[in-house]
Amino acid sequence: MSIIEVLFFALSAFAIGSAIMVLVSKNPIHSVLWLILVFFAISGHYILLNAQFLAIVNIIVYAGAIMVLFLFVIMLINVKKDSEPQKQFLVKLLGVVAGGSFLTLLVALVKQTAQIQGRTLLMKDGVIGLIHPLGKALFNEYVVPFEISSVLFLSAMVGAVIIGKK
Amino acid sequence: MTLLSFDWALVIEKLILIVIIVLTTLLITLYTTFGERKVAAILQDRPGPNRAGPFGLLQPLADGLKLIMKEEIIPTSASKWLFILGPGLAMTASLMTSAVIPWGTDVHLFGRTIALQIADVNIGILYIFAVVSMGVYGIMIGGWASNNKFSLMSALRAASQAISYEIAMGLALIALLMTTGSLSLKTIVADQAAGNWWNVVYQPLGFIIFFICAMAECNRTPFDLPEAENELNFGYHQEYSSMKLGFYLFAEYVNMIMSSAIMASMYFGGYDLPFFDETTVAPNIAAMIGVGTLLIKIVLFVFLFMWIRWTIPRFRYDQLMNLGWKTMIPLALFNMLLTGALILAKL
Repeated sequence: MSIIEVLFFALSAFAIGSAIMVLVSKNPIHSVLWLILVFFAISGHYILLNAQFLAIVNIIVYAGAIMVLFLFVIMLINVKKDSEPQKQFLVKLLGVVAGGSFLTLLVALVKQTAQIQGRTLLMKDGVIGLIHPLGKALFNEYVVPFEISSVLFLSAMVGAVIIGKK
Repeated sequence: MTLLSFDWALVIEKLILIVIIVLTTLLITLYTTFGERKVAAILQDRPGPNRAGPFGLLQPLADGLKLIMKEEIIPTSASKWLFILGPGLAMTASLMTSAVIPWGTDVHLFGRTIALQIADVNIGILYIFAVVSMGVYGIMIGGWASNNKFSLMSALRAASQAISYEIAMGLALIALLMTTGSLSLKTIVADQAAGNWWNVVYQPLGFIIFFICAMAECNRTPFDLPEAENELNFGYHQEYSSMKLGFYLFAEYVNMIMSSAIMASMYFGGYDLPFFDETTVAPNIAAMIGVGTLLIKIVLFVFLFMWIRWTIPRFRYDQLMNLGWKTMIPLALFNMLLTGALILAKL
């Protein structure tokens, strides 16, 4: 086992463990904090793939901005255990069955994809995740989808301002 | 067996560098608190701390000893783990910035070339941005875990203030990136040291925006709304005592030193001593001169922070938000547009 494999398994265990803690935590604030750790573990995976830009943007946007807003909202509405609606056993059971089926579907799909069958992951290799190649690719090959997604972002921002003004 | 096969000398070298940088930062921080009290005293025409040791120089040690000797109190209704995590996180986030700051040119020791920078990542500026946004968590977690309305209010204030000013800060940085063409702090400083003008000449407006935002990020007066005593008793660290309180107070000063180091590196040439040709002296001496120059620049910026703190009164909260969203962000956008237009015109 090389150091990269050790890191990969450690990060994966960390990510999955934290994700389970998000679900089992009784307190929503603790869930949010565990979710932040999940994002950090995923950023670690990006760094293993030599995608430094993606890793740091993941931290800035998800761990840094979105989760702060999550924390904000949960702290302000002050969720208590007894004020939370308690679901019936049947609803919980249906949720487990639906979620499990979806997981099976996803795993089956990934296993059957021809593009990734019999191939190993390139670790610490490739330059597409670095900022120069990524910028060149975005503004040359993918410039139209890139601009369209920026227009989408803009309309989302305008929508947020309009909702906020109501 | 290839497990753990890497350059051990490099690991040891980096570890020593990390220890030196962290210890030096903490030592400087200790004396920054002393400096703050002295500057405040001078500006208010009074002697300031002058009892412990000659000129009161042992005062920070006395303060630290006092903080350690105080009783540790964890409120019964507090969330215990998060209550302890908060100050630790605040301190870690502020110290982590030091990883990408180039403290000087390369040093040659024992036949090795040692870069005086912990990590030269090619996304250095984005890294700083990420760490800055992590700093909010220390405050928010501490304020919420205290289970005190005033602490929570203050933590929310601190977080919304930090988020608002981060945007303008990021936009100011983008304009700087457009002129330098690199995200690596090492390249940015090396370009300035290689005889070019300092970046502040190209980005005067960007620097002013960055400076104001840095002041807001460090929760310094006039932006210290989270600590407004007359509205919130004390702030997000109200329930804290002993060294946990000390960590919060210390983290503010570490933040101040780190933002000074970043401003010096990005806009004021970093370790570059103006009107001096570093190639005329031995490389090791040149590196030491560089470290000294950067430290002097940091001290000057820290003094500026203090000067402003003891001169300007605190804003009202709505004024702070108006300044952030309606003045700083449009100004930063305008700066970005202007920089882009000038770059296009020059081509």
